[in-house]
Amino acid sequence: MKEGYRGVDISSNTEIAKDIFELKVQIESNDSLGDPGQFYMLRSWDLDPLLSRPFSICNVEESVLTFLYKVVGRGTNYLSKLKPKDKLKVLGPLGNGFNLSVSGKVALISGGIGIAPMIYLAKKLNTGIDFYAGFTNEVYYMDYVQKYVDKIYITTEDGSTGQKGFITDIFKPEKYDVAFTCGPSPMMKKVVEKCENKAPVFVSMESVMACGMGACLGCSIKTKFGMKRVCKEGPVFKGEEVFFDD
Amino acid sequence: MIDTKVNIAGVEFKNPVIAASGTFGFGREFSEYFPISKLGGLSTKGLTLRQREGNKGVRIHETTGGIMNSIGLQNPGIDAFIEEELPFLNSQDTVIIANVSGNTIEEYVISVEKLNQTEIDMIELNISCPNVKEGGISFGTKAEIANNVVTQVRKVCKKPLMVKLSPSAENIVEMAESCVEAGADALSLVNTFPALAIDISKKKAIFDNITAGLSGPCIKPIALRMVYEVSKAVDVPVIGIGGIMDYRDVIEYIMAGAWAVQVGTANFINPNACAEIIEGIEEYLQKEGISTLEEIRGII
Repeated sequence: MKEGYRGVDISSNTEIAKDIFELKVQIESNDSLGDPGQFYMLRSWDLDPLLSRPFSICNVEESVLTFLYKVVGRGTNYLSKLKPKDKLKVLGPLGNGFNLSVSGKVALISGGIGIAPMIYLAKKLNTGIDFYAGFTNEVYYMDYVQKYVDKIYITTEDGSTGQKGFITDIFKPEKYDVAFTCGPSPMMKKVVEKCENKAPVFVSMESVMACGMGACLGCSIKTKFGMKRVCKEGPVFKGEEVFFDD
Repeated sequence: MIDTKVNIAGVEFKNPVIAASGTFGFGREFSEYFPISKLGGLSTKGLTLRQREGNKGVRIHETTGGIMNSIGLQNPGIDAFIEEELPFLNSQDTVIIANVSGNTIEEYVISVEKLNQTEIDMIELNISCPNVKEGGISFGTKAEIANNVVTQVRKVCKKPLMVKLSPSAENIVEMAESCVEAGADALSLVNTFPALAIDISKKKAIFDNITAGLSGPCIKPIALRMVYEVSKAVDVPVIGIGGIMDYRDVIEYIMAGAWAVQVGTANFINPNACAEIIEGIEEYLQKEGISTLEEIRGII
């Protein structure tokens, strides 16, 4: 049997850029805490808000799980107030992660807070990696990523760090054997288009979900192989399977 | 000695907790978290004669004390259900209820005829889905229209027949009486409340269908009142549904007159919700010195 929601202790909850938080929790478990691309449902409240919130695993270091989140609404606002030793309830790991048995030269392309699963992926892949990270303005987590990758490309929309513009402007798919991407839908759509006939690409999809474990069908998306649940069959899909325009 | 068994239309439930349709899939996902044989029963995701992809656009939206959904009866269709999902469900020691929806009376009838040939324990006729364009809730608002659907289905249905009512019925008591008159063996109420949410920055309704079904703790007091009124008026068992989050809510429904309950939204918040509620009911009865649910049923 899988474990349901379990209470965990918060180790740290730090604002690393404006409205971007790094949350570390301590979990004692005999089972794997999860693979890159998998996620957890989190809640630090009772019944208001009613639903938990899904977050990708950003890192696993022994019994410490790291999540990154951006404060966008009530749930993440509550999370941002948490302090070390506060309690959190977590369900997971959930979903299917990235295929780690790839070889050759790999590109990871992230947009904004979509960087979270890419960080853990960079750490876990055993092959040559170029990391493409797009930000609005503030840049974060690049120092940590550096030790796991060959080269980092950064863009910011205001040009304050790296090249000015979008990360999809500078990504060159022909240089790679495989690509992985996570970020805003228009960005991933562009990555998939650029990769067509050049490199296979895997995308980590985002969707509003209630349960996170395959029951509500709230997160279902249409794919070339029928309706798929982002939380259960995903969140990682092959780029050519999914439709970005609804 | 505590006994939480309940007999509804000749079907014995080991306890009064039934997983509500559309919140429990076909049981597989939850069976990873607890043995679903603990459940009194399980009502399947709403089934239609043909496969449905469900609705486009936003499907879930959180609101204060509730969630709105517009899934649109995404399901594999009756035949695929019978072939691929039912064998697993039949292997579980719990009551299996097939929730059936349709766009036309003929579709309901054909679906029920197919289910007659299976080992399904009971049929729950969904005349109350708010999220499909045709059929669904339109059968569930006017008593005379519902009466016709239930009458036609009753003619062919060889299984115990439960009818799931919409809170949008023009008059919930008349609706209930009309369905019983047409041959319903039990009634389950209520389905979700048609509701509206607007995105003020996009200046558009959140949902492509404009309205969507509201569920969760915010609807409980209204649903409870409807269960109270209906259970006083009809002489078939009433199954209470709406916003049950813990065992206390279940006890309230039983006291209002329900024979059993369905737990829905709570499953999304905690995969073990039903199992915990079942334990909570037993502890409550123990503590209060109550040996059967009948002792407190309808005491209000």
